[in-house]
Amino acid sequence: MELIYEKSVAGRSGVRIPVSDVPKAAPLPEALRRTEAAGFPEVSELDLVRHYTNLSRRNFSVDTNFYPLGSCTMKYNAKVMEQAGALFADCHPMLALLPGGEKHVQGPLSLVHGLEQQLAEITGMDEVTTQPLAGAHGEMTGIMVIAAYHKARGEKRKYVIVPDSSHGTNPASAAMAGYEIITIPTAPYGDMDLDAYRAAMNNEVAAVMMTCPNTLGIFNPHIAEICEIAHQAGALAYYDGANLNAILGKVRPGDVGFDVIHVNLHKTFGTPHGGGGPGSGPVGVKKALIPYLPTPRVVKNTDGSFGVESHPEGIGRVSDFFGNFGIMVRAFGYIILLGGEGLIEVSEQAVLNANYMMAKLKGEYELPFDMTCMHECVFSASRQLKDGVHALDIAKYLIDRGFHPPTVYFPLNVKEAIMIEPTETESKATMDAFIEVMLEAAQLTRENPDALHQAPETMPVGRLDETRAARAQQVCCEG
Amino acid sequence: MGYCPNTPEEIRDMLAVIGASSVDDLFAPIPKELRAKSFNLPAGVSEFELMALMREKARQGGTEIVPFIGGGIYDHIIPAAVDHLSGRAEFYTAYTPYQPECAQGTLQALYEYQSAICRLTGMEASNASLYDGGTALAEAALMALRITGRHAVVLDGSVNPLHREVVCGYLASLEAGVCQLPPAGCEVDLDGLMNSITEETAAVIVQHPNFFGSVADLTALAKKAHDQGALLIVSCYPIAMGLLKSPGEMGADIAVGEGQSLGNPLSFGGPYFGFIATRKRFIRNLPGRIVGETVDTQGRRGYVLTLQAREQHIKRHKATSNICSNQSLCALRGLIFVASLGKKGFADLAALNYDKAEYAKSVLGAVKGVSLVNAAPTFNEFTLRLPKPAAEVVARLLDAGVAAGVPVSGYYPGRDNELVVTVTEKRTKAEIDALAARLEEALWN
Repeated sequence: MELIYEKSVAGRSGVRIPVSDVPKAAPLPEALRRTEAAGFPEVSELDLVRHYTNLSRRNFSVDTNFYPLGSCTMKYNAKVMEQAGALFADCHPMLALLPGGEKHVQGPLSLVHGLEQQLAEITGMDEVTTQPLAGAHGEMTGIMVIAAYHKARGEKRKYVIVPDSSHGTNPASAAMAGYEIITIPTAPYGDMDLDAYRAAMNNEVAAVMMTCPNTLGIFNPHIAEICEIAHQAGALAYYDGANLNAILGKVRPGDVGFDVIHVNLHKTFGTPHGGGGPGSGPVGVKKALIPYLPTPRVVKNTDGSFGVESHPEGIGRVSDFFGNFGIMVRAFGYIILLGGEGLIEVSEQAVLNANYMMAKLKGEYELPFDMTCMHECVFSASRQLKDGVHALDIAKYLIDRGFHPPTVYFPLNVKEAIMIEPTETESKATMDAFIEVMLEAAQLTRENPDALHQAPETMPVGRLDETRAARAQQVCCEG
Repeated sequence: MGYCPNTPEEIRDMLAVIGASSVDDLFAPIPKELRAKSFNLPAGVSEFELMALMREKARQGGTEIVPFIGGGIYDHIIPAAVDHLSGRAEFYTAYTPYQPECAQGTLQALYEYQSAICRLTGMEASNASLYDGGTALAEAALMALRITGRHAVVLDGSVNPLHREVVCGYLASLEAGVCQLPPAGCEVDLDGLMNSITEETAAVIVQHPNFFGSVADLTALAKKAHDQGALLIVSCYPIAMGLLKSPGEMGADIAVGEGQSLGNPLSFGGPYFGFIATRKRFIRNLPGRIVGETVDTQGRRGYVLTLQAREQHIKRHKATSNICSNQSLCALRGLIFVASLGKKGFADLAALNYDKAEYAKSVLGAVKGVSLVNAAPTFNEFTLRLPKPAAEVVARLLDAGVAAGVPVSGYYPGRDNELVVTVTEKRTKAEIDALAARLEEALWN
């Protein structure tokens, strides 16, 4: 399809801007003025609408296709939340920071506070900040809070421990917060090797970062012990909430012994993923860490009104205002709409769906860790590889059959990984259709593996040359 | 509840396949002593009750107040097509385009977005978006440290204070040095900045226009920085780029900014997007996702995420950034915004902002006891000196339904009487005249 720039015709105009009701001002000095207008496309409104409508049709999405992308929790995004988000479109965030401004924005402030309270109860933490703008941003914020905590105690610790099955963001976030990384291997039983972890823990370690259930979809029964081992060395335990969807109402990280957590509103709390964002990554902490939370804090005053405060000992601002508020509205609404029982149903049905998928597929696909899974299951295409078929080939075949592929090649500690997360909003019928195609792919691997290598053939483009893209570095069009 | 579709019969069938007798069985791997101690949340409601609650909260959102405030976030027009097209579920319910063949919609749109940001800033390579203006500026500073191998930045005091706070937080974590210059009145302190560059300076960071609204030609500063082996980072206001010299034209190495004013609603602080663009030779040091053009097995043009070896899912702790989810949908809104207005419309919009602000300057500057503080030209923001503390005046005018500006004292202690006023194309002559009348009243009655 042509680029919008290739549809541009000099002199064609789109949307009309407001008519001026003030006199034309004297021009700026030439030295400050742009010499040539930015080359934005010149198209009619219809050209524009057709272009982006047609582009949108080149996407798979939750609303059009089953999207079992492991670790990303691609659940249904309720439409009422879009209506709710739109209500706040015209609220200016700067109003809250003006002298005397708080009383004019009590609605949005109460919503921020309300979401913080909801998340604290759901996760078992004492206080939550909604400032971080995505999961990885929450991780970095959480580790910065941990660094501030140690610093206030006169300690300078050097390391953060992560299991090798962790999301890449964990070590990357800890590194951005100034730490060196110690990686612990996964033991044959599917969890972080406890002995190796014990051996690595000492008083130079600031924190251990755990995802539970982990990226293999396995609940680590030693999780409380892992927190305890950290605490004995004066280190803190960080909970990566990427997989919280599995344990809503079942386990609260705060009860287990975690000191700092982040949650991904765009995963567990049903907000849309936007083609790669916006997300939202609120951070929760235990009491001892509250002073180090970022600024600004939304507080409830004794008269029941809401105000904005800063924490003098806090880590300062990690983003410009109160977080991705529009996303927070949707998550706040989701929690209210579902209620406590609804959230428990979410985790139960998510776990049921994943175990059903696992039971149906494990005859044909290698299951490296064969045990009850939580919200997702991880297979390996190692059997198919013997016939020259990779996880990637299976993924591309699924596209031709109308399914968004699962996550492949992650976690890194499983060879040819295929990570399937159906989520609770998918029906048995949808999963059965997917399972049938997965089984078909396994059969085709034995009979005609080349057919899988050719896929996908039904999309606007076939397999794309990534090496060429990296070499050419063509990341914007000329003009 | 929970949008869970399976019926009791289907659940029974699934459990039979699994070989479990109940859903509870599936949670058996979780030891009893680890179970939740509390989960005290109210019962659920229907979407209709939810909307009633939401409308009540939105009613107390200050939307009746006429905003002459900015602080990096601006009340601009949003063409209807932006909402309509970005609201296509195929865009907003997809995720990061890991599987390019079934994500060409998102990928091509992001490639077009990257092209738009390059054209806006006069740069050669953009990524697919960052979180917001403040974090984009922080990422630019980290990028400069990596490129130069140096360990400190010089930060102009007239950069948005909220953004400076984010930059300082990020850099403090890495124990990198920040030399913050106090602002020279309302202007970019060009001489001070030039004199502060040392052999340890990775970058000089300035804002264009700055927090007080002043516009400066940064060409000489870029040259001076380059002569000393440092980079120039410019945080720019995208709407202003319809009129002002772009960072690229002035010789900047990295251009960043808050993208909100390109088609994203105020929405009480987000979601917005940060943009970052640079020279092609620095592309491997960019943080975040980048979309590149390529061809498929049959030679057809297509788009993929590229240069992924920089990123966290491959490089882990050695990645250029930890960013994973960005602000893709907001970037798409930015793209559709500039494509709606087009080359001429965008320039006209900038000119209209300038005209409105110049008119407001003349009217507000004529209020008894009020004077303009900026020595340099301004775009759509400017700073007034009042005969009374600005905080007092602002609080009083808020109650009268107008946000008169951002008091400087909140961020620059001691500058009690100064007020930064913003005038976008949405402010009418009548609103500007009314602000002048109310201001006079607040000052003298």
